[in-house]
Formats: sequence, structure tokens, C-alpha cells
Amino acid sequence: MPEATIYELTSAGRQGVRFPDADVPVSPLPAEFAREELPLPELSEIDVIRHFTRLSQKNYCIDYGFYPLGSCTMKYNPKVNEEAARLPGFAAIHPLQPEETVQGALALMYTLQEWLAEISGFKGVTLQPAAGAQGEYTGVMIIRAYHESRQDDKRKKIIVPDSAHGTNPATSAMSGFEVVGVATDASGNVDLDALKATLDDTVAGIMLTNPNTLGLFEQNVLEVVRLVHQAGGLVYGDGANLNALLGVVRPGDLGFDIMHFNLHKTFSTPHGGGGPGCGPVGVAAHLVDFLPDPVVVMVEAGDDDTAPLYGFRRPDKSIGRMKSFAGHFGMMVRAFCYISMYGGDHLRDIADYAVLNANYLMHKVKQVYKVAYPRVCMHEFVVEGRWDDAPEVHALDISKRLMDYDYHPPTNYFPLIVHEALMIEPTETESKQELDQFAEALIKIAQEAHTQPELLKSAPHNTPVGRVDEVKAAKDLVLCCWMPDSK
Amino acid sequence: MNTPAELKYNATDEWVKVEGNIATIGITDYAQEQLSDIVFTEVIVSVGDSLKKGANIATVESVKAASDVNAPVSGKVVEVNEELGSAPEVINTDPYGKGWMLKVELSDPGELGSLMDAAAYEKYCQERGH
Repeated sequence: MPEATIYELTSAGRQGVRFPDADVPVSPLPAEFAREELPLPELSEIDVIRHFTRLSQKNYCIDYGFYPLGSCTMKYNPKVNEEAARLPGFAAIHPLQPEETVQGALALMYTLQEWLAEISGFKGVTLQPAAGAQGEYTGVMIIRAYHESRQDDKRKKIIVPDSAHGTNPATSAMSGFEVVGVATDASGNVDLDALKATLDDTVAGIMLTNPNTLGLFEQNVLEVVRLVHQAGGLVYGDGANLNALLGVVRPGDLGFDIMHFNLHKTFSTPHGGGGPGCGPVGVAAHLVDFLPDPVVVMVEAGDDDTAPLYGFRRPDKSIGRMKSFAGHFGMMVRAFCYISMYGGDHLRDIADYAVLNANYLMHKVKQVYKVAYPRVCMHEFVVEGRWDDAPEVHALDISKRLMDYDYHPPTNYFPLIVHEALMIEPTETESKQELDQFAEALIKIAQEAHTQPELLKSAPHNTPVGRVDEVKAAKDLVLCCWMPDSK
Repeated sequence: MNTPAELKYNATDEWVKVEGNIATIGITDYAQEQLSDIVFTEVIVSVGDSLKKGANIATVESVKAASDVNAPVSGKVVEVNEELGSAPEVINTDPYGKGWMLKVELSDPGELGSLMDAAAYEKYCQERGH
């Protein structure tokens, strides 16, 4: 049963809270600010509680079930992270407190900066950006500031492979660059000849995702980095897929100049509606001075008897502030906690199991679903959700049918370079049993596609709301529950 | 897949219809089928603009993806299909007719030689797995 909207549950005159009579003189609102009508829902407290409780129970979340949403790394978020983030020393501090009264929080931020730098092979890290996309924006602003600082003002182009996340070209355009696409070759790597054709002294840099969005390790990565550097450009790493590399490969060692991290993916802080995100950016030595203002520094080293003193500092050529105060501090606590739980020796387990799980699942389903680029995959893989002998069935229908089997669908229709793409990322937190059951569902759906295609076309059947009209949803936008009177 | 024989085709899935010195431009039946239901179209050039072949002329959004449309030929824009703003779905139902996007006055008719004919374009689409 679909849940009615809260506006449909309204009952005129019903009230959840009764305000006491004012014990100060009442002064009316100036007439120009007063409204005759304010159509807010009217419900009792229990009506509201039940409404939102029912909605929350209809919500699909990682704590409920398997969530193989490729590229989004919907790994389990350990509850100990939540405990840590709620410690009063972290949760009850205010960003305007004097630095000497929040030394613990600053120590955590400083240590997390250092850890992320060590994990990724970079020299400096900012924790400020609010999420991955803002991390990208920060990184590309740094690219721009770097070239400007050298009076190299011809560099107006950013190269973006056609397998990139959509945020990469958006970030480049937003930062005032012209976006130049580069094709993917037959094995799923950046096409080196196409890349070479774009390179000249107008290139500011490249935005490269490794592993790329096909879930493949970029086999030409060293050559790509060399060629772009040779042309005077910088190499930006989209760290969205760092999950696959943790403790195995350090992007800084590959020659990347900049990379953003998605703490809300790789380092297990909540996302997908539960955020907020956190998108730190790491940079190589020659870019440290451009980092956003402020970074956390150790002002005085401690000794056996005295704790070190931490404080904020503005980097010399800083691009400025990207976010108010210190960024999303609660996410930093969770990521700190997560990294501490694994420790330096075991971070690698995350990547090992993420890659193992993805390959296991790929091999279970590849007999019935065509793997777009049949290579050993990294943390995710992309199959085609279509068959020549079931022409009416599309990837979307498979995804909808998966909901009937109580699974969150994988990402569909991305990356754009794969027809009817289904992008599956199991993450390292799933067991073999869970993967086996999911593979079984996918295989069953492939059979249904051939024997009862209408079952897929009209799916989902077991959900509170059936197939939604996506065209209508995209075209007929209703952004308010009530239509304000036009004046 | 419909590929009218009288049109020329670009590798990024635009079609060109040449009448005298005027080229009408739109996206192909293959392109609209790949995009599926189109929900938004914006032609980002105006009458009087000079276009270079390859320039971004429009954005098409479907429930699956957003896609750029590129100028298959160079020239000056003489007319833009204003109807697409309110009825982008005509690109799905009539890509070669009501779904046209703009008309340009060709500045380099020699460029037409670099476009594909219907047979070559059909083969090109099949090679891409459809």
C-alpha cells in the first residue's frame, strides 16, 4: 500500500502542539508579512510519528539489504562510527570555540589529513569540501590557480575520458574550462592515440578515474600521466573508486597531482540520503600551497609531558574557503574511526575483498549476462541488461524486477558507453551467501526475460508503489505539495 | 531503425538534410532510440550564430541520460525549432520531421563529403552493437 502524503492526512483544526499563552506582550506581524492562509498539514503528534515511521519502514537501506549500486559504494557503515561521532567531545563542540578548547577535534583532523596523505601518496590534504563533487571543484580550482600562478594562461582545456562520472565534465565547465572528451579503447582503457591528439599547450589537465567506471584498472595509467605531464597539464584523480585500491596502489605514486576522496564511500560514512558527504582533496608537494583555507597544522610538537598544539593555518597561495567552518566534521570522525579499526596493516583487506567479491559475482552471472569488457574487474563490473532473443526487455526492466526479489537495483544506464548498462558493485562487506543469493535472483530474472517478459515489463509487483512513470516525473514537475497563489 | 536514404549522417548521430544552400539538422532515429524517452531539449545556439563543425548546438535529456548534439556542418544559423522546448517528445516520434533542431546556411559545402550516407550509417550503427 502506498503511504498517503502528509497533506492528504490532514484534518482541519487538528493540532500536535498547544502553545501556552504568551507571557510577554503580543505584537502583531507587520501587515505586509502576514498571510491569510498557510496551508500546512494539520495532524496530531501520533499521526505524524506513524506517518514517518511507516515511510521509514518502506525505505530500502544498507541496514536492510544488499545494495549493489555501482559507483556508489554502498558498503555497510559500522555502528561504532556512529558511537564515536556522538561522543560529546565531538558532537557538542561549536566551530567558533577558541582553538585551545577543541584540541581533540583538531588532533583528529590533523591525524586524518596525515593518514589520507599516507594512504594516497600525497603531500597535503584538505578535509574541507562538503562531498565528492565539491572536492572535484576544489581540485580543478587548484589546477587553475597553479597555471595562473605560473602566468601560463593559455591552458583552457580539461580532458575527460568518455567513461568519466558526469561530475567531471560538469566540474571542468563550472571552473571555466572547455571540456574535451577522449574515447575508450576496445579493452576499456583510455585510447592513447585519441588522448595524444588532444594534447598541446592549451591543456590544463585531465580528470581520470582509476579504476574507471567500467570497474577496470586503467592499464595505461602510467603512460596517460606521462603524456599529460609532458604537455604541461596536471593529472586529477577522481577518487570515487579508491575502495578498490586501498593499501595496494597509491595514486600519488602513479604520478597523480591531485585527487579527491569520498569519505562517504571509501571510508564508510553514510550517504545516499543519509549523508552529508565529505570530499577531502589530496595534492602533491607542488600544490600544497594552493589548498583551501584553512588546513589543520601542528603548531607546536609535543613531548612526553606535553600534548602537541594544533591550529588552523591559511596556505600561502590558498584558493580560499570552500566551505563554512571546518567542513562536515562528523564525517571526519566516522572515517577516522573506520581507518583506526582496520589499522595500517589491514586497510588492504578492504580492497582485496571488494575486488574478490566483484569478480566472484561477475563469474556467477557472466553466462547469462554479457560482461561489457570481459577482463578481471576491480570493485565493480558492468554487464549488458539485454538479449537479442528477448528484444523487448531493457536494463530498466531487470532493475525493476530485482525489487520484487527484495534487492536494491544496480546502477543502470551508466556508464554511457555500454548499451543497457547494469553496473554492479557488491562491496567488501557482503558474504558469499549473500552474493550467491543475489546471483541466483539475477539468473532467474534472465530466465523470466525469455519466458515471461511481461513480468519484467510491469515490475515491480511486490513494492508499495508499482512502476512509476519516469517521463511524467521528469516533465511534470510538482515541487510543492500545494500551489502558491500566483500574484 | 529508420535511416532515410536522402539524408547525410554524422558519426555522433546527427542527420543533415540539404536543400540548396540550407542544411536542416536533427538527431537520428538510432540516437532517439538509444536515449529512450526524451524529456527535455535545449537548442543552445541562436539565429545569426556562426557554427563550426563539431560545436555543441543542443542538449537532449532523456530518462536515461543527457547528451550533447554537435554541429555536423559549419554555417550560419537561420532558423531554430522553437517547438522542441515545449514538446521534446517529437524527437522520439518523428526524429526526421517535427524533431528537426535547426537550419544553417552552409559555409563549407565541401564538409558534406565527410558525412556518411544511409547505408554507411546503418552499418556504423550495427557495429556499435544494435
